[in-house]
Amino acid sequence: MKNPLDSITGTIISGFVLTIILYFVVKNFLVAAAG
Amino acid sequence: MDLLVLDRWLHVMAGITWIGLLYYFNFVQVPAMGQAKADGTAAGITKHIAPRALLWFRWAALVTWLTGSYYLGKLGIWGDAFMLKGAAAPIGMGAWLGTIMLFNVWVLIWPNQKKVLGIVQASDEEKAKSGRIALLASRTNTMLSIPMAFFMVAGPHGAAMFS
Repeated sequence: MKNPLDSITGTIISGFVLTIILYFVVKNFLVAAAG
Repeated sequence: MDLLVLDRWLHVMAGITWIGLLYYFNFVQVPAMGQAKADGTAAGITKHIAPRALLWFRWAALVTWLTGSYYLGKLGIWGDAFMLKGAAAPIGMGAWLGTIMLFNVWVLIWPNQKKVLGIVQASDEEKAKSGRIALLASRTNTMLSIPMAFFMVAGPHGAAMFS
């Protein structure tokens, strides 16, 4: 499989995907866990 | 003027310098190097532009981190942010991403770029290996800058998004 970081497009898409994943992690597991 | 406002102002200015140069490297300089090498003009970039851009880049990265860290400290949430605790978790996630990016700048990008640019001696094989490491670290930072900027904006100003 090609490394997405080898292209600018792959890098940017990876950044947005990571943003969505981290957003839900922070919202559902970190902020919500603290009540 | 409030010292905290000055600190935040400096944080934003240094951040613009850092990430602006990061995007310059990734979106402009690296893609242009192939053509510059082909027509014999790459030396101008590697000798005159890249070292100067890297100077501003690495020190802006450090100033960004220090002013951000100071800000969290003055708010009394430095520990909670880095422990990703409760309401400080969103800005803490931004702070961690920024910290990883600072590490990449000083530990991976700059030492390897010194070899690529000939600032320190290296064989052609070492230069090729260093170039690959520096590129991937730089691309990693470009990727991380996207969620980092989101959490920097959403952390202090978008609490409703996380409730």
